Amino acid sequence: MVTHESGAVHAHAAPTGFIWKYIFSTDHKIIGIQYILLALVSAFVGMFLSVLMRIHLVWPNAKLPFIAGGVMTPEQYLALLTMHGSIMVFMVLTTAPQSGFGNYFLPIQIGAADMAFPVINMLSFWITFLSLLVMLAAFFVVGGAPISGWTAYPPLSALGEIAGPGQGAGQTLWVIGVAIFCGASLMGALNFITTTIDLRTKGMSLMRMPLTVWAWFLTAILGLLAFGVLLAACILLLLDRTAMTSFFIPGGLVITDQQVAHKGGSTLLWQHLFWFFGHPEVYIAILPGMGVTSHMLSTFARKPVFGYRAMVYAMCSIGFLGFCVWGHHMFVSGMSPYSALAFSLLTMSIGVPSAIKTFNWLGTLWGGQIRFTTAMLFALGFVSLFVSGGLSGLFLAQPAIDLYFHDTYFVVGHFHLIMGVAAIFGMFSALFFWFPKMFGRHLNEPLGKLHFWITFIGVYAIFMPMHYLGMAGHPRRYSDLSGANFLGPLMPVQRFISIAAFLTIAVQFIFLINFLWSLKFGKKAEKNPWEATTLEWTIPSPPPHDNFAGVEPVIYRAAYEYAQPGAVEDYVPQHLAPEQVARAR
Amino acid sequence: MNETKTEALSSPWSGGVSPFAMGSKKLGMWLFIISDALTFTVLLVSYSYLRFANPDWPRPFPFFNAITFSTLMTVVLLASSLTMVMAVAAANRGLRDTAVKWILATMLGGALFVGLHLTERMHLIEEGVRPFSNPWGPPLFGAAFFGITGMHMTHVAIGVIYLGIVSLGFGRGKFSPEDVEVSGLYWHFVDLVWMFVFPLIYLMSVKH
Ligand code: HEM
Ligand SMILES: [Cu+2]
Repeated sequence: MVTHESGAVHAHAAPTGFIWKYIFSTDHKIIGIQYILLALVSAFVGMFLSVLMRIHLVWPNAKLPFIAGGVMTPEQYLALLTMHGSIMVFMVLTTAPQSGFGNYFLPIQIGAADMAFPVINMLSFWITFLSLLVMLAAFFVVGGAPISGWTAYPPLSALGEIAGPGQGAGQTLWVIGVAIFCGASLMGALNFITTTIDLRTKGMSLMRMPLTVWAWFLTAILGLLAFGVLLAACILLLLDRTAMTSFFIPGGLVITDQQVAHKGGSTLLWQHLFWFFGHPEVYIAILPGMGVTSHMLSTFARKPVFGYRAMVYAMCSIGFLGFCVWGHHMFVSGMSPYSALAFSLLTMSIGVPSAIKTFNWLGTLWGGQIRFTTAMLFALGFVSLFVSGGLSGLFLAQPAIDLYFHDTYFVVGHFHLIMGVAAIFGMFSALFFWFPKMFGRHLNEPLGKLHFWITFIGVYAIFMPMHYLGMAGHPRRYSDLSGANFLGPLMPVQRFISIAAFLTIAVQFIFLINFLWSLKFGKKAEKNPWEATTLEWTIPSPPPHDNFAGVEPVIYRAAYEYAQPGAVEDYVPQHLAPEQVARAR
Repeated sequence: MNETKTEALSSPWSGGVSPFAMGSKKLGMWLFIISDALTFTVLLVSYSYLRFANPDWPRPFPFFNAITFSTLMTVVLLASSLTMVMAVAAANRGLRDTAVKWILATMLGGALFVGLHLTERMHLIEEGVRPFSNPWGPPLFGAAFFGITGMHMTHVAIGVIYLGIVSLGFGRGKFSPEDVEVSGLYWHFVDLVWMFVFPLIYLMSVKH
């Protein structure tokens, strides 16, 4: 056995000078904050794009700022939609929950001084930043941003300029941006896995790890297996676009009266490759939120996680099954009914571990002495959203029903609730919980609760009616259907959604103000304000450069020992030796 | 759920040690290899899928020169794996200079492979093969050939540079034998990929 060659044991000196301390820092804590800020900025950019879309949907003739020509064209709408989706999925949901909070707290929660590869960690942030810039640059080139959605289906995405504005330079930048992002995510995943396997401190056995650590670890494994696939797909797409190859372009296409020269390729190939990445990606977005939710529910119900082992096994099987179900996105793409049946059954079987998690969350709450902090409220909101969004997934998993629902607003409602908003609730919960540790000050609780309640009601008001629109046959990715007769009666619903969206987005500024104000003026935080058990609460807020000041902590117990019979306090931290607990008694 | 103290502390997975008994760098390289193997798998599976979908896929490589030439390339690459094994063995025995010599031999093999590959490509380009067309029909033949072998060749070229850095660092005593071993892992992996590329792209394209 080899003992740690780097990291945990010896203290390393903190860097000096602004640039090495805050910009090109190799400290996992700074890098975590950088990722969180990147996600925060991206989230506001993505929200702004969605406001423009929502205005256009209900007032198609409105003159809008930032839109060339004033009134939005269908192509401009699609460009906004593509960038909204891509920024939200890649730059928000994939960065903050995993690379942001995971970077900051995974090493601390396992008792390590830093990640296994600090320099690779720093590079992966800056490469992610580069990919964000490349992606955003698509707005500023001739033709503007691409119009083929975050899924970039060919032939639209492969043909170049003739396929529409934005399909020239804009789409090329998009593909390059995503490929760069894959590289950065792979580096991050490799770092997280190595850190979790190698740098756990003495006594931190796998089954004593906090569920957050399990979630980040499994997410990293999913990332390692999924982003390599997307990278290859992006390389092939880039060749189609720049080297005139035809991997994804079939023969015989005629676009605006021009016969396309490509032939021999397959559009289905892209769909297979994309969704082989794409479905695991939705779990990459949500698993960290699941970990955070378990963590909060246990901490604020003052009870151990109900069925800890079952939670771990459920996450493992969700991760594994996540790689076996990509075909459920392709039921209408031309698929043998037998394959569809197999994909359908596999998809529905994910409901089993998902239900195990849900019931264990309820079991954790049962009979607990619940403390309704803002972090707890967001975690409860996560459970609610996960159930609501997961149930619609079971409808979509039936090929016969999906034939109708596919590419309608029903799908938009489904994935926004479960992927978008649930993951974001996980992030809010994490931020309200850990902000005191990260910055030494609390976020304001009354403002936080106000923000929670309006957001919680708001997101349901936005996304629930979308299921109804979908049932009525409203297709997604159309800029203006005010002229379609059968949808006329639904205009009031659309208007309601838009107004709910504006209000909900406006409320996010309460959060932003809370964030900025609390950095400077928030209530000072002590070491362990939530009376929690895991290692991050044993060190100062904010923690010193090497986390444990050169001392390697030793772990004596499981992660969630609340309300232990015989202990004086209602919580026993992981690092307390049995003798110490006895002395306290 | 409440593991007792002694039980949990006795297994290699209970923290404080690396459970696989290897340094973090080596584990990291293995993880990189897993993800990179998936990238190559996707390229080769896509190629196979498209080849099936195009019934008139050409088989243009004559036994003499194309196959014999690519066999030579294969031999060169395999030999470089052998020299890499020698380098790792020497490094582990503490024979610094010998190890550096073997690494240089490996780099030479890699560079020779890239050179042969480029010669071969020049030939094909002269015959009229392009990523988007070729004299024998389905344009995807050239795309797959250039795309997949190009991706592999890039890996070899990066490997040569990587080994150069390792040989310098190890020669000056800055790198440990384990660093040499880790670079060896990469090198063998790139060779292994070729062992899939060679039959799928070359041998299956022999002229009847
Ligand atoms: C019980 C669990 C789930 C089931 C059965 C399920 C099923 C499905 C199905 C069948 C579709 C395809 C609908 C269509 O395009 O016609 C779909 C779409 C989608 N799902 Fe789920 N899902 C589940 C959980 C999740 C989770 C946990 C997430 C995210 C964290 C998620 C995110 C998405 C996204 C983003 C899409 C739409 C992709 C697009 O077309 O742009 N789903 N889901
Ligand atoms: Cu899916």
